[in-house]
Amino acid sequence: MSDYGIRIEGLRKRYGKGDTAVDALKDVNMQVAPGEVVGLIGPSGSGKSTLLKSLGAVIEPSAGRMVLGEQVIYDDGWKVRDLRALRRDKIGFVFQAPYLIPFLDVTDNVALLPMLAGVANAQARARAIELLTALDVQHRARAMPSQLSGGEQQRVAIARGLVNRPPVILADEPTAPLDSVRAMAVIRILNDMARTYETAIIVVTHDEKIIPTFKRIYHIRDGVTHEEAGEGRAFA
Amino acid sequence: MISLAGRDIVHAWGKFAFTGVGLGLLIGVTLSMAGVYRGMVDDGKALLDNSGADLWVVQRDTLGPYAESSSLADDAYRGILTMPGVAAAANVTYLTMQVRKGERDVRAMVVGIAPALRGVAPGWPPYLVAGRQITRSHYEAVADVSSGFALGDRLAIRRSQYTVVGLTRRMVSSSGDPMVFIPLKDAQEAQFLKDNDAIWQSRRRSEANPAFNRPGVPGLFDAVIASQSSNASVNAVLVTLKPGQAPDVVAESIRRWKRLTVYTRAQMEGILVGKLIATSSRQIGMFLVILAIVSATIVAFIIYSLTMDKIREIAVLKLIGTRNRTIAAMIMQQAVALGLIGFAVGKISATFAVPIFPKYVLLTPLDALAGLFVVLVICVLASLVSIRMALKVDPAEAIGG
Repeated sequence: MSDYGIRIEGLRKRYGKGDTAVDALKDVNMQVAPGEVVGLIGPSGSGKSTLLKSLGAVIEPSAGRMVLGEQVIYDDGWKVRDLRALRRDKIGFVFQAPYLIPFLDVTDNVALLPMLAGVANAQARARAIELLTALDVQHRARAMPSQLSGGEQQRVAIARGLVNRPPVILADEPTAPLDSVRAMAVIRILNDMARTYETAIIVVTHDEKIIPTFKRIYHIRDGVTHEEAGEGRAFA
Repeated sequence: MISLAGRDIVHAWGKFAFTGVGLGLLIGVTLSMAGVYRGMVDDGKALLDNSGADLWVVQRDTLGPYAESSSLADDAYRGILTMPGVAAAANVTYLTMQVRKGERDVRAMVVGIAPALRGVAPGWPPYLVAGRQITRSHYEAVADVSSGFALGDRLAIRRSQYTVVGLTRRMVSSSGDPMVFIPLKDAQEAQFLKDNDAIWQSRRRSEANPAFNRPGVPGLFDAVIASQSSNASVNAVLVTLKPGQAPDVVAESIRRWKRLTVYTRAQMEGILVGKLIATSSRQIGMFLVILAIVSATIVAFIIYSLTMDKIREIAVLKLIGTRNRTIAAMIMQQAVALGLIGFAVGKISATFAVPIFPKYVLLTPLDALAGLFVVLVICVLASLVSIRMALKVDPAEAIGG
């Protein structure tokens, strides 16, 4: 197994050309080990969203190198032909809002990804139930998203992010809509899941409550990342 | 793989059901319009079938007796009867008019039928649902049940009163008017006889004309008056052939030797469908095209709205790796499902609405199948706009910033 879940070297992203060009990412370097949860912090306009979209293979960076596990996915150009499959199989997403599919029940919201990857329905649902059990929402497995509380929805969204056992999960402000108790619970779950499934998790956040829980934090300012040690405080 | 479209429909079944019902009523109108056209064609065929004729002999160079007026001598049938291959020939008159019963009147095609020597002659109603055939030479009538007349009713046609002695069914003109059968002599009178004032005026003019009223020729004036007040014309002679006779050969023979125009069954059908109801069918065709465009627009708008409601979910689906074809299939399946719901509602509503129409409406299984095919094609085409829009959704929309 690789020492890194994800490794980013000298990543740059430029929007536009000539005089109107804007460098959203100038020099991004990150390394997240399997089982590790790191924080990504920065003010508005610092390049967080651009970085997240680049890591999520949604937009193409301008230069640099990205390695997922042992697979080079970007090296001054995409090295993967099917980015959609890359997102489906190698990257998990947890959004600020859960964005569950409203017409699928909890189990199928989670099982949809493996089904899309060609896993048999029964097997995909079994995998979903296993994760829902680990996240303590198995009792809502047949409920529709509209019947869940905010915390339950976010746990289901985390289960969806994990269901294909991706080497990396990108969490975009996952605690923003939650109170401090639920926010801490979500961070605890992410840490547990990272350890259990050997997943590298990058949490983009503004949330002052959860920042002290990270052992390592990447600050991004004007498109440049700086690493610093976090407090790694025990969860309340 | 689960059906995303099916789950969405089940989740929002109320929206789909109401939309399907609305679309279904529109499809019902479209199917009914097609049924009206089929009914017109069927009325024409029923007219030909019920006449019992193999050939129609009419005035030369006319498209009579249904599409154009035709007048020929009422003794022409005698000569036709002698032609090889002819089994029976009978005079017939047709006149569309208002038939009165008390205070109300009904638009009907009055058919004058010649007396039958044995059984039923060409032109007679082939079967009755009540009462009996005409047995007297005057003042009896057999009416189609759609006229609303009943046995024993007294009808007024021109100056004469008729008693309904029999009722028949599906005996209608090519425009769907019910038929009222009366004896030929009465029908000739109804069609050609002038009113009393006109006869009086005609007699006065003839009397004043020295060419007709010549003192040295007694009886000439009376003969002229008699010819003016009687009529010896019919609209057509209906001919049936002996078994095994080719209609075209016998028709050609009558054309050649009797110097009259003769139509076979196929030719008469061509006149009725191709000429008599051609404008109406084009009119209905235009309505069908307009309704199809309106239906397509409505389906496209509904599917577009439903897709717009799911833009965020589509962005999430794309971000987490859902293939374009899965998203396109979801939208197209919903459009097709909407079409199927609409078609089912439309077919049921059209079936129940048919008896309400004043004229015959014929819904054929083939038209229903064609309608289903057209609805599905329209739904698939209408979903393309929404699919295009969904596929253009940027998966980055699911990520904030």
